[in-house]
Amino acid sequence: MAAVLFFIAGIGVIAGAIAVVVLRNPFYSVLGLVAHLLSLAALFLLLRAEFVAAAQVIVYAGAVMVLYVFVVSYVGLQEEPWQGTRVSRGGATLKVGATLFCGALLVELCIALLGSGLRAIDSRGAGYVSGFGSPAQIGDLLLTKFLFVFEVASFLLLIAAVGAVVLARRRGGLHEERETVTVAGLLGAASLGSMAEAVGTAAATPSRGAPGREPEPETGHRRGEPFPWTHRGGAGDSGRHPGAREGGDRREEGGW
Amino acid sequence: MNIAWYLVVSAFVFCIGAAGVLTRRNPIVILLCLELMLNAANLALIAFSRMWGNAQGQIFALIVIVVAACEVAVGLGIIVAIYRRRLPIDVDELRELQG
Repeated sequence: MAAVLFFIAGIGVIAGAIAVVVLRNPFYSVLGLVAHLLSLAALFLLLRAEFVAAAQVIVYAGAVMVLYVFVVSYVGLQEEPWQGTRVSRGGATLKVGATLFCGALLVELCIALLGSGLRAIDSRGAGYVSGFGSPAQIGDLLLTKFLFVFEVASFLLLIAAVGAVVLARRRGGLHEERETVTVAGLLGAASLGSMAEAVGTAAATPSRGAPGREPEPETGHRRGEPFPWTHRGGAGDSGRHPGAREGGDRREEGGW
Repeated sequence: MNIAWYLVVSAFVFCIGAAGVLTRRNPIVILLCLELMLNAANLALIAFSRMWGNAQGQIFALIVIVVAACEVAVGLGIIVAIYRRRLPIDVDELRELQG
């Protein structure tokens, strides 16, 4: 029974790992890793590590994978092309070489594990005593023998949380990329008889929705006419003072 | 099952993860492959813990899980910062430090 469970879980573990590496879509890679982690928790249960299996499912397959899914959907699903970009054009031979290297590493590890003849590895492990791997034993070890390690781990988590917030925050304050809707912008968006329409330049202005498009310099902008290229990134001020800020979208380049 | 077969599965997962780190270019997938390698080490640690009947190896595995969670938080923060600067999310394109 244990052998059947081991083979099912082992095939799940290896298939999940292969799916992570092979699939082109990062979202499917994350799902492959979730399958890998659940199968790995089954292997942990077979090895009588109940608490670690529970922590694996809750912390890894639950929280960390949710973080991955959020970042993948935030950054965007971009399929990785098979051919290299202009930088890594000659990377095909390197990829083949890396794969061969990992295959050689696997063969070497298997020879070292199976051909070593170590008696302890070829056994089924020590006899099972009641309470092995239970939360009581883990907690007892963490709070007595490994107390310093426990505290260091908690500090490491705190530092990582602060570091992640510092790394991922917006640069230069919170007011930089905020979009504001002004009355003048709303009135100017529709053809409500603004001064630009009366002069006749409204038809010559470029399309309103074109993002990041530089207008011609001779295009006369009247007060209340929204700039077509400032619908994001510094749109808060230019709605009220048109013409006072040229090229408002360049402000995004100032980082760090 | 003998302990050796768990170690063989661990070796498989580690090599697959190493191949992914060496061949993929998306930093998110590279982080996922790092997770694979850490999980392979976890499986080996717990197999050795079962082999000796000693629960200290499971403490090791828990600490490895903690370190992996920290690595994920900082790595994903770096990826979000890269995305905010409109840089390409590709480890071959990000080589300003290469000299």
